[in-house]
Amino acid sequence: MAHFSVFSLVRNALNYHKDWPRQWRSPEPKSHYDVIIVGGGAHGLATAYYLATECGITNVAVLERAWIGGGNSGRNTTIVRSNYLWDESAALYDHSVKLWEGLSQELNYNVMFSQRGLLHLAHSVHDMQEIGRRGSAIHLNGIDSEFVTPEKVKEMVPFINLNCRYPVMGALLQRRGGTALHDAVVWGYARGADAAGVDIIQNCEVTGFKIEDNTVVGVETSRGDIMANKVGVVAAGHSSVMAEMAGFRMPLESFPLQALVSEPLKPLVDNVIMSNGVHAYISQSDKGELVIGASSDAYTSYSQRGGFNVIEDTLQAICELYPVFKRVKMMRQWAGIVDVTVDRSPIITKTPVNNLYFNCGWGTGGFKATPGSGNVFAHSIARGEMHPVAEPFSMFRFHSGALIDEGAAAAVAH
Amino acid sequence: MSQYRLKQGGRIDRNKSVSFVFNGKRYQGCEGDTLASALLANGVHLVSRSFKYHRPRGIMGHGWEDPNAQIQLEKGAFTTPNVFATIQELYNGLEAESQNCWPSVEKDIGAINSMLSRFYVAGFYYKTFKWPRAAWETLYEKVIRRAAGMGKVPELPDPHRYEHMHAYCDLAIVGAGPAGIAAALTAAKSGKRIMLIEDAPELGGSLLGEPGTIDGAPSDQWLASAKAELDAAENVTVLTRTQVAGYYDYNYLVASERVTHHLSPNTPSKAPRERLWKIRAERVVLATGAIERPMVFADNDRPGIMMASSVMAYINHYGVCPGQKIVVFTNNDSAYRAAAAMQDAGASVVVVDVRAEVDEALKAKFEVHCGAGITGVDYSVKNGIRSVDVHAISADGSTIEGPGSTIECDLVAQSAGWQPTVHLHTQARGKLNWDADRLCFVPNGTHVVNPNTSVGAANGTFGLADVMAEGAAAAKSLLAELSVDVEAVVPSAAENHAFGSIRELWIVPTTHPVGEGKKKHFHEYQNDATAADVWLAKREGFESVEHLKRYTNTGRGTDQGKLSNVNGLAIMAGARGLTVPEVGFTTFRPPYTPLTFGAVMGQTNDDTFTPARQTAMHQCHVERGAVFEDVGDWKRPWYFPKHGESMHDAVQRECLAVRQSVGVLDASTLGKIDIKGKDARKFLNMLYTNNWSKLGEGRCRYGLMVNEHGMVFDDGVTTCIGEDHFHMTTTTGGAARVMTWIEEWLQTEWPDWEVYATSVTEQWSVLSINGPKSRELLAELTDIDLSSEAFPFMSMREGNVCGVPARVYRISFTGELTYEVNVPARYGRYVWEQVFKAGEKYDIVPYGTEAMHVLRAEKGFIIAGQDTDGTMTPMDLGMDWIVGKKEDAIGRRSWSRSDTSRAGRKQLVGLLTQDPNVVLPEGTHAVSRVLPAPPMDMIGHVTSSYMSPNCGRSIAMGLIKDGLNRMGQTIDFVLMDGTSVPAKIVKPIFFDEAGERGRD
Repeated sequence: MAHFSVFSLVRNALNYHKDWPRQWRSPEPKSHYDVIIVGGGAHGLATAYYLATECGITNVAVLERAWIGGGNSGRNTTIVRSNYLWDESAALYDHSVKLWEGLSQELNYNVMFSQRGLLHLAHSVHDMQEIGRRGSAIHLNGIDSEFVTPEKVKEMVPFINLNCRYPVMGALLQRRGGTALHDAVVWGYARGADAAGVDIIQNCEVTGFKIEDNTVVGVETSRGDIMANKVGVVAAGHSSVMAEMAGFRMPLESFPLQALVSEPLKPLVDNVIMSNGVHAYISQSDKGELVIGASSDAYTSYSQRGGFNVIEDTLQAICELYPVFKRVKMMRQWAGIVDVTVDRSPIITKTPVNNLYFNCGWGTGGFKATPGSGNVFAHSIARGEMHPVAEPFSMFRFHSGALIDEGAAAAVAH
Repeated sequence: MSQYRLKQGGRIDRNKSVSFVFNGKRYQGCEGDTLASALLANGVHLVSRSFKYHRPRGIMGHGWEDPNAQIQLEKGAFTTPNVFATIQELYNGLEAESQNCWPSVEKDIGAINSMLSRFYVAGFYYKTFKWPRAAWETLYEKVIRRAAGMGKVPELPDPHRYEHMHAYCDLAIVGAGPAGIAAALTAAKSGKRIMLIEDAPELGGSLLGEPGTIDGAPSDQWLASAKAELDAAENVTVLTRTQVAGYYDYNYLVASERVTHHLSPNTPSKAPRERLWKIRAERVVLATGAIERPMVFADNDRPGIMMASSVMAYINHYGVCPGQKIVVFTNNDSAYRAAAAMQDAGASVVVVDVRAEVDEALKAKFEVHCGAGITGVDYSVKNGIRSVDVHAISADGSTIEGPGSTIECDLVAQSAGWQPTVHLHTQARGKLNWDADRLCFVPNGTHVVNPNTSVGAANGTFGLADVMAEGAAAAKSLLAELSVDVEAVVPSAAENHAFGSIRELWIVPTTHPVGEGKKKHFHEYQNDATAADVWLAKREGFESVEHLKRYTNTGRGTDQGKLSNVNGLAIMAGARGLTVPEVGFTTFRPPYTPLTFGAVMGQTNDDTFTPARQTAMHQCHVERGAVFEDVGDWKRPWYFPKHGESMHDAVQRECLAVRQSVGVLDASTLGKIDIKGKDARKFLNMLYTNNWSKLGEGRCRYGLMVNEHGMVFDDGVTTCIGEDHFHMTTTTGGAARVMTWIEEWLQTEWPDWEVYATSVTEQWSVLSINGPKSRELLAELTDIDLSSEAFPFMSMREGNVCGVPARVYRISFTGELTYEVNVPARYGRYVWEQVFKAGEKYDIVPYGTEAMHVLRAEKGFIIAGQDTDGTMTPMDLGMDWIVGKKEDAIGRRSWSRSDTSRAGRKQLVGLLTQDPNVVLPEGTHAVSRVLPAPPMDMIGHVTSSYMSPNCGRSIAMGLIKDGLNRMGQTIDFVLMDGTSVPAKIVKPIFFDEAGERGRD
């Protein structure tokens, strides 16, 4: 792997950048791998990376139906935070934030992780009770959490309309929250995994599982059968379809979730600002675009298109909270398919099929969890026993009733 | 008049001079100009600096395809970033300035980036700025952010307004060029509802830039008569200045009309600034035209290098010829027509054509360098373009040959062919075919989801006569699908230019290998990406078109890559040794052109953003000085401070008054659902945890609703009004959710049950009269017998209150003697005032939601959503008594799941702090052991906490692990500042434990 640094950049500039190697290879699939990861999104690539670098399993393939990072990894609003209510979630998401904090250096790839601070606004007495409880829980879980007054919010976000339809009564601030560049995360993990020996195979669609004696032994793909000792599925919105191929049901519903960016503007929004009360969340990319998340559509769908009414609702909320943006223009709008569980918490799990593992159900908030999700999933697959942080997120919690209900803490109103 | 403004021609009015300011300097234009044409008329090419390298950039196009000419329009509240100068119509007093440059567009400090451009290649930032770790946020990112971005956000609120318009039509025609107009003229005869939607201020499309002869007359005349005919047709709506930006499923078009953009923002006007049209069309004709493609040659981004068709449009439409010595650089025939227009406008023209063989007839009028390309541009900010270098190009297109020459010029007009404007076609999920003869993607014609037809240049048809025939035919056949037969009206055009030939040459070689040396071959202007960047992307493995787009930022600017996309992917195809269609195409995402947030927002503004719901008694509360709280969409009185009273004092006073004399709460906001039908009782048994089989007429019962997981989500009292007729109440915030819940079960699980649920929340005004004096008071106002015998606790009686028909419920959320008086909503205010008049002698008080919360907590009554959080069963709440013995109910089975039935779950308990004066903040967690610092093991939290005047101390409720088995134990709560507060676990009831007061 070519080391990336200002020095290598200058050295290569002298030769007009003609000597940069591929950031990841494009190998032909082998007939057998120790582990196959189905899905070349950020979570899948991170899983492969940690399998190869931390678990000593390098004979690994990542199979991607199209091009890596083309699903929700490339369609999210790039927010990173760990201000979750329940202990189980706090452990998972903060494990992730801690990995984010050294990720650019570890991957030797600038993922532009920026802890610009994340404000969660409260607009009613009920909201205040909610952030009061959550802030206290986050604090006692050893994660940074501060209550701030409306005056402080105004200081941080001078262009906010505190006296909007639902006046801002306070906010919860996580200074370690922020953003990272989604594409860079995908590519950084791909490059790191590849360097550690992982085969990243694009344009390779998994069409079925090879299962013998209730044990997975390989996958059927558009490029032929590939055998494996273990298979990890990280297929986001299409996980329930994959589960059906393996003969069991995954308790997921898939919805289109939309987002949009404005035209590039000079820097104005320094923090990530989320509001469940008027349903608007916003940050500004390093390129200057306002990055705005919308709600999920009301109906389930696998089409990566949402209804325009959702965009209307979102921009109404944005203009209500930030009237200075009325003359700003929306440049691009898109949708992804989010796989939502009934308790709004992910599923990281063994399955009814031996040696077949699933990692899904991240709903509207998977990006922030990328490093942590990949890390605990890799360790779980490697050991054959779930990592303690992953353990509570088993699919069997829907049998026992031990739900981890983050409905209140999840950013998007469902 | 400047040397660039032609003496005649164009659609501008030379007699109406328009004064404007650009970058602080005053200029004159004409009525009918765009900002871009007026600048060109004044010899101004340099209008902006590029995003990354801060290279000088000029006007290239004459429409939305222009990647460079985006300016900050106006100042103060009216300032608008990233306005397309090529679209913005000139008005008197217009003020604009260049963006992303400092101190000026001519002398821009940021241009230092250009000197480092060898280093700043695509994706360079992924490779560096990682060390030291902290410097990314403290230094590098700050610098990058400051350098990035284009225009500035206004600092003041927008004084303008916006609105939405909904429209339905049988046929929507997008684009009023020759194809669209021909379609409209045909469709107009059908009598069906037709919409013709044009982005420009007037109809005509390409005819405005390149006039022709139609029906034997100059096209200007034909346009005027066509417009008159369409205007006269009552079934045709013509919209101009309206861009169809989004094409959604089931033929739903979103279009933005620029209503007042062409006027000074200071013009007094009642019109909105923009109007967003939401159009549902049975069928759609896409007549969106085509966009000329630039050549990728050395330093092809210099100001003064324009699109050939745009130069022609500036001449014919705006009476401006932007150069006097023009080099036309092309690979196809169409540019020769533009060259002729330039010559006719008085410019000298030299053609450089990369094709070795060019039709003699084309060449006849010009000096033509065949088989040659531009290999360098002599440009300076001060002098503009002075000359271009030209070399012969090898037969395979990879290298230059011979010594080359220099041609003096002040303008380059270029054409590398045409790309049909297929954005809306692909938004509508249409697919594309690659036309290898004409080097462009064309619609493949099949539409599964959204019935539409692309016509004219948008369909890869370029001859004027062919275009109009196609437009008319499409209208005819789409209307035939709607069972309407019309005759195609095909105007006859004198011109019908053949496409001719085109040479496939995606990169024009230069004196150095491309990507080496100082010259840059841009394919993406706005984001500064070059052919060398595409090759770097390929080299590093970013081969998929989507990776290419993301790695090089191709097509990710405000122009959405209208000039850059095809060149970018063709260069990638070349690098990979594939054909263009093998590489594929990235998805076009809406909007086609940027949409103003305000327009998308529409009239939903201030008071109309989720309109506040007010009860019929709202004004009574305002008059009594209430402070309101938002509960859902409702405004509810929170407390009623008397002069100078703090919230705490007011709430304490209200709480005491209720228990000592009488207090009234406006309870109208509680959800109310009328449930009728022969299966209503059976349905209630499923909906609630307890048993409803034997509830008699006129009797009330409290119920808990749980979800499929067995977790409590709402509660309320339901009353039997008559056989098969019930009145249900819900929480205020949960009303809509319960209604949806009821409908979901009835519609999906029990569609055969006869149950009708109707929301009647707003039909009733509810006064909850509480306190020991409530009976005495109400007795003065009603004909209902209020004695306990005649009207026992948990029952309902009908009668008159204050002469108004009423239902009175004897139910209580305070534990006091309570009558909830329900009257038809319109009498609410009258009855409220009558009750208060009569109540004066009892020192009656109004009380708000805060006092309501304290009073119910004194009794240990839960609030669903505050003391529950979707994870509590009735048993967790200590309410086993409400779980009836019955066969089934929603959520009941889930209680037997292992985690739900285990011991030691969190349970609702009462909490008393050791210090009675300390009120625990709600949300504070208890820990199993207090440690010097987090993390600490949490065992539960405070859900409700108040200072209770009736108990004379603080009281609280909380959810604590195994709480019901820990009565009497003291646990520690840890505050955010690290201090801990000990509190004793008690039963969650603090006042009148026997419950005698309410039953009296």
